[in-house]
Amino acid sequence: MTYEERLQNVSVLGAAGKMGSGILLLTAVEMADLSLKPENKDKSFVLNAIDIDPAGLSGLMKYMREQVRKVAEKKTVWLRKAYADRDDLVENYDIIDEYIFDVLNIVRPVTSMEAAHKSTLIFEAVSENRALKVKLLSGIDQNNPNKPWYFTNTSSVPINLIESEAKLDGRILGFHFYNPPAVQRLVELITTEKTLEEAIEFAHEYAGKLKKIIVPSNDHAGFIGNGHFMRDALHGMKEAEALAADKNIPLYKAISIINKVTQDYLVRPMGIFQLIDYVGVDVVQFILNVMNPFNADEELQHDLLDTMMEQGVKGGQYSSGAQKDGFLKYKGGKIVAVWDVHKQHYVDVDEFQGECEEMMGSLPTSKVAWKDLLRNKKKDDLLLQFFNDLKASDELGAILAVKYGKRSKEIGEKLVKDLVAQKIDHVNTVMLTGFYHAYGPVNNFFD
Amino acid sequence: MQKLRRKVYMTAGYNTISMGTGRKEFHPKKPRPGIEHYISEAGKGVLNQIGGPDNVDESVLGNFMAARFNKQANLPGFIPMIDKKLEFKPAISVEGACGSGGLALMYGLRSVLAETADVVLTLGVEVQNTVKAIYGADILAGAGWYQKRKQGHAYFFPGQFSDRAGAYYEKYGFDRARKGMARWFANAMENARLDPTAQEYQNTNPDPYALALKMKPNGAAFVDHLTVLDCSKVSDGASGIAICSEEGLEKIGVDKKDAVEVLGWAQVIRDITNDPKDPAELEAIPKAAHQAMESAGVTIDQIGTIETHDCFSIAGILAVEGLGLAKKGEGADWVDAGNTARDGYMPMNTTGGLIGWGHPTGATGVHQAVTIWQQLTGKAGKAQINISDDRPYGMTINMGGDDVTVVAVVYKRG
Repeated sequence: MTYEERLQNVSVLGAAGKMGSGILLLTAVEMADLSLKPENKDKSFVLNAIDIDPAGLSGLMKYMREQVRKVAEKKTVWLRKAYADRDDLVENYDIIDEYIFDVLNIVRPVTSMEAAHKSTLIFEAVSENRALKVKLLSGIDQNNPNKPWYFTNTSSVPINLIESEAKLDGRILGFHFYNPPAVQRLVELITTEKTLEEAIEFAHEYAGKLKKIIVPSNDHAGFIGNGHFMRDALHGMKEAEALAADKNIPLYKAISIINKVTQDYLVRPMGIFQLIDYVGVDVVQFILNVMNPFNADEELQHDLLDTMMEQGVKGGQYSSGAQKDGFLKYKGGKIVAVWDVHKQHYVDVDEFQGECEEMMGSLPTSKVAWKDLLRNKKKDDLLLQFFNDLKASDELGAILAVKYGKRSKEIGEKLVKDLVAQKIDHVNTVMLTGFYHAYGPVNNFFD
Repeated sequence: MQKLRRKVYMTAGYNTISMGTGRKEFHPKKPRPGIEHYISEAGKGVLNQIGGPDNVDESVLGNFMAARFNKQANLPGFIPMIDKKLEFKPAISVEGACGSGGLALMYGLRSVLAETADVVLTLGVEVQNTVKAIYGADILAGAGWYQKRKQGHAYFFPGQFSDRAGAYYEKYGFDRARKGMARWFANAMENARLDPTAQEYQNTNPDPYALALKMKPNGAAFVDHLTVLDCSKVSDGASGIAICSEEGLEKIGVDKKDAVEVLGWAQVIRDITNDPKDPAELEAIPKAAHQAMESAGVTIDQIGTIETHDCFSIAGILAVEGLGLAKKGEGADWVDAGNTARDGYMPMNTTGGLIGWGHPTGATGVHQAVTIWQQLTGKAGKAQINISDDRPYGMTINMGGDDVTVVAVVYKRG
C-alpha cells in the first residue's frame, strides 16, 4: 500500500478534543492536498472525525473552517497552481473558498465508532486512560478487515501495553503531537519491538509532509516530553511548599514566586504553574498516575494536585482556546490572582506582588526576555551572561533559579540514564521544539 | 499640446498619516478609522489653509476601489461631510486605478482652465487595510485586465512587476539590478524618516541598503523576482490640495510664493488588454513625462526634483531610464551611484515615495503634488531638499496599472 493509498480512508478518535482537532486539521489538509494532485482526481479521500460529543463535533467543524482558511491564505501561490484548470475560480477569494470546501468535504463528523471499520489508518487521541484506549482499538480491530495501523497520541501510556492488550501485533506506534498540534513542530515517535518497519517509514514521511520534527523516544511511560515536564513540575510544587515553610509565608505567595522564577529567571515562555494550568491540573494528575507505577525509584505524585482536584480547580482550556483558571487566575491572558488552597479562593496578585518581589530581590541588569531570545543569533552569549550573573547573586530569586536550572538538567540526564531518551540531544530537542524553551535543559549554564 | 490659456496654481497641500504596517500605532486586528475619516481629515486640512469652504467652487476625489475595499461607491456624497457648506456644490470622483489621484489633479486643472472654477478642492483617498493582503491582491488586480487575472499570480501586481524585473535581470544582469533596487529602497527609507506622515517614518533599520541587498526573491513564498522590500506598502491615507486660478489665489488670500504654478501636463493611456511590448521598458510613463515637459517648455536638465510612481523599485528604475536620465540598462547603476538620493543629482521621491511614504492607491497622485508643492515652497520641514535657481522645476508622474493610465505634471515655484 502506497503512502497515498494509506491516507485514503483515515479515522481520528477523539477528534473534537484539543489534540484530536489539531490532528484532524493537519491530516485533512494533507489528504486534501493529495486529492488535488492530477493523478488523484478520481480517487476518494475520507477522514472520519469520531467523537462521542455531538456538540464538540459541531464546534470542531467551525474550528476547521477558520483554521483551513488560515492555512489556505498562506499557500495561495500553490493553490492557484493546483486549481489552474478550474476556469470558474479566478480570484484568490474563489480559490481559497473552494479549498476550504474541498478540505471540509473530506471530513465526516460522526459519533459512531463504526466509521473506523473501513479505515487503513487510525489516529487515537482520546483521554489518557489505558483501558479505554485498549477497548476502543481492539473493538475496531476486530471489525476492520484492513489490518489498519494505529497511531496513538498518548503522552504517557507505554505503547507495548496497548499493543499486547488490544492484540495489534506490530500495527501500532506512538505518534505524540504537542499542544497545539497545528503550531508545535515536535512529534515524539515511539515504536515497540514489533512495530512494522513500513509503519515507521510511513510515520516519517507523514511527519515530513506536515513539516514536523520527529524525535524518537523509547517506550517508557511518559516518554521524553512528560518525563521531563512532570518531574520539573513536581520540583516546582516541592520548591513552593519548602519556600512557604522556610519563609513562613502562605503557599500562594510561594507559588507566585516559583512561577515567576521559572518564567523570568529561567527565561521560559511561561512559569511552571502556568504551564500546569495550560496542560490542565487534571491531565497532569492523570499522566503522573500512569507514569508512577513504572518508576519504582521515585514517587511521581504530589498531594497539592490531589487537593486542587478535590477543590475542583483544574485549569485546562476552553474550546475557544482561552485559559481556564487553575493555580493561577487569568484575565486577558495575564495572571491576576493565585489560588489559596487553605482558604479556597483567589488572592489578587496586586495585594502581595510587591512583597514577593522584595523577597526575591532584583533581576540582574543582564536579564533577557524569552520572546526576544528565540530568533536572536547571540542567544547563547546573552544567556551565559545572564545566568552567570544569577550564579553570582545571593538574592532569593537567583538562588531558586540556579537550583531549578540544575534540577532541570538532572532530570534530562536521568532520562538518558533510564533509557527513555537515546541521547541528550533528543531531550534538548523535545524541550526546545515541544515546549518552546529557548535553551535545552541539559546545558552548562548552572554548573 | 497648446499652451495653457490661463495660469493655474496649486497650494494648501495636506497629507494624513499613511497608516499600515510600519506605523507603531497600526494594529491589524484593532478597529481603525474608515474612509470617511480620511476624506474628512484631508479635506479639512486644505480648507483650513484656504479660508474655509465658502471659497471652494467645486471638489474632486480620486479613488480606486472603495467599492470593494470599503463596499462603498458614490463617493462625491462624502464631500459635504468635510464641511456642511460644501453641500449642494459640485463634486465628482474619478478612477484610473493607482493613477486616480493624478486624474483628480487633471480634473481640477481642466476645470480651472475651462473657467468653470477658480478654486477646486482636490482630494485622493484609499483605505486598504480592511482586508488581508492576499485578498487585497484580488482587489488591486482590477488595475489590470480582468481576463488576465486567472493566469496571473496570487499577488497579481507584484507578479506583473516581478516579470518586468526578471526581464531586466536577464537583459542587464541580476547583481547590478539588485544593487540599484536596494539603493532605491534605502533612499525611500532615508526620506520617509524625515516626514512624520510617512508610513516608514518610524523605521530605524541601521542599514536598509544591506538589508535589501541581502534579501533574495523567493518565488515559493512570494514572487520570483521581487522581495517585499521592492514593493510599496498597503496603506490607508488621503491627501488634498487646492487647484486655483490667479483669481482663486487672491480669493483665498494665498500669496503666489506659497503656491506652485502648473506649467504643463500630460495624460496618456496604454491599451490595458496588451502586454508591455518589452517588459524591461516602460512606454506610457516616458510618453507622458516628455509630453508634460514639452507642454511646459522645460527640459529634464531644468528639473530639480521628481516624484515618480515607484509602486515597485523596478518601476522607479525603469522610470529613470524612460526619462532619459540614464541609458537603457544603466538606470540601476545610476540609482545605485546615488543620483536619485536626496542629496544626489536628481532627488526623487523626497518624502519616501510609494515604498517609504506609503501607497494609499487613490491618494498617491495627489500626495506626489503635495510633496512637490512642499519642496518648491520650502514647506517640507525636515524633508526639505535644496532647490537651486537654475533647476527650479518639479515633476510628478502618477501611474495606474502596469504602465496604463499615466498623468505627468510639471511645476514651478509660484
